[in-house]
Amino acid sequence: MSNISKKDIQHIAKLARIELIDKEEEKFQKDLSSILDFVEKLNKVNTDNVDRLSQVTGLENIVREDKVNSKEKYELLKQVPNKKGKYIKVPKILE
Amino acid sequence: MKTFKDIHKSLMKKEFTCTQLVQEYLNKVKKSKLNDFLLITDKLALEQAKKVDDKIARKQKIGELEGIPIAIKDNMLVKDFICTAGSKILENYVSPYDAFVIKKLKDAGAIIIGKTNLDEFAMGSSTENSAYGVVKNPIDVSRVPGGSSGGSAAAVAADHCLAALGSDTGGSIRQPAAFCGVVGFKPSYGAVSRYGLIAMASSLDQIGCFANNVQDTRLVFNIIKGKDKMDSTTLDLKEIKTPKKIIIGVPKQYFADGINFNVKEEIEKTIKKFKDFGYEIKEIDLPYTEYALAVYYIIMPAEVSANLARYDGIKYGFSAKNKNLLENYLKTRAKGFGDETRRRIILGTYVLSAGYRDAYYAKAQKVRNLIKQDFEKAFKEVDIILTPTTPTPAFKIGEKQDPLSMYLADIYTAPASLAGLPAISLPIKVKNDLPIGLQLIGPQFKDDLVFNIAEIYEQL
Repeated sequence: MSNISKKDIQHIAKLARIELIDKEEEKFQKDLSSILDFVEKLNKVNTDNVDRLSQVTGLENIVREDKVNSKEKYELLKQVPNKKGKYIKVPKILE
Repeated sequence: MKTFKDIHKSLMKKEFTCTQLVQEYLNKVKKSKLNDFLLITDKLALEQAKKVDDKIARKQKIGELEGIPIAIKDNMLVKDFICTAGSKILENYVSPYDAFVIKKLKDAGAIIIGKTNLDEFAMGSSTENSAYGVVKNPIDVSRVPGGSSGGSAAAVAADHCLAALGSDTGGSIRQPAAFCGVVGFKPSYGAVSRYGLIAMASSLDQIGCFANNVQDTRLVFNIIKGKDKMDSTTLDLKEIKTPKKIIIGVPKQYFADGINFNVKEEIEKTIKKFKDFGYEIKEIDLPYTEYALAVYYIIMPAEVSANLARYDGIKYGFSAKNKNLLENYLKTRAKGFGDETRRRIILGTYVLSAGYRDAYYAKAQKVRNLIKQDFEKAFKEVDIILTPTTPTPAFKIGEKQDPLSMYLADIYTAPASLAGLPAISLPIKVKNDLPIGLQLIGPQFKDDLVFNIAEIYEQL
């Protein structure tokens, strides 16, 4: 399972939107392989008829009113690295 | 070391003013050589101190936490102050609001003196992953303070504050508490709101606290706990009754290969002490313990990869400012994140990717269920579970080079995190040697029981 190739690393890093330089691909390939070898032991556990656990509190359908705090909006806009007026500026994606 | 009660009495008797007290702590923090603080919030601290002094001058009553200098792990938002999460990507990020726990502390009159150093985004067991340099253990400066809340633990141990907040995802409060010889408490998942905590792995993250003794730790917890509509996983804990006859469970799996001889010996001595005082000790079996770390290192990075997708160089934080959108993402995240953060994002992306999701992520969620059931079965027989907090005392800075050996530092703390249980690390002070951590794990939502038994331990 943990035969992770350099190409896999390249592909996954791109999906994760992280640029890697050549030497790093090798380093991450080695690190990930050893971590994946370690977690391999889970295959020894019989999990037939075991439900997946995605939360521990048992709380369900907790909702609140979807209200915007306008003061906070202003505070949040102050953090934007590139903006025009009250708009966030993003690089062009269509030519 | 002074307790909250000592300080409270001195303030009321006017032996010193709150401003004098806070100034003394601020001076100590400024002179610190441990790199435990990233930011000193002196203006806020002195303003808060003045309010306390004014109240005392008006002969008003002050609360138990009022005037107490507290430090905050730098992944919780304190309005108008920079919050880095130990990362370069947030080096200029200014908190737009107060975290729920910060609001609670401010309302209680606690004095926030600064923000403490941590592993980047709380990912690590030594603080060596901080973009702002490693924290030194005050007991031996050649050693790590543990992590990821290493700055908070070191600050309490060095008396740079009387208590500190931390966050614990797989052991990030308990392990540094053990390494620095202080008390560190991770509440039940759901007991404390994470509103304003920078997310790491959301099904595991929990805010907790450090202090020098159990009572002070409990006082902080009692202030910060409670339901919050801004964190839908929170609830109010019900009052519990402590059983008259306490049975302490000791799981054999926590004493297997890899445990340091001194740790084993000291924990066994403590078990004997409990026995001598008439508490029943029962050996218990938690057969899925050995899989906990493997489950943790799938679920945690999976959640990390999703949570950290928000750092895109567009909405806030560091931006590579490239004119091409994809290049902007790739370069912002390559330069903004450190090695361990990128390693976990890539690992998490891999275990969630098409074709691997069931083999890794779904499998881990199933084994997580078995680990939770292990504890539920055990708590039918015993009231509390006693284990070492870590397999070894604090290790040397630079000692653990490969990521996997670092991950093993969480081996005794990850299981309670996966099951959402309350757990505390209590210091065993060893003469002329490094401190050792004793962990008590309680049943879900019985956080008070953990404190009650921790108080018994302190008096043994």
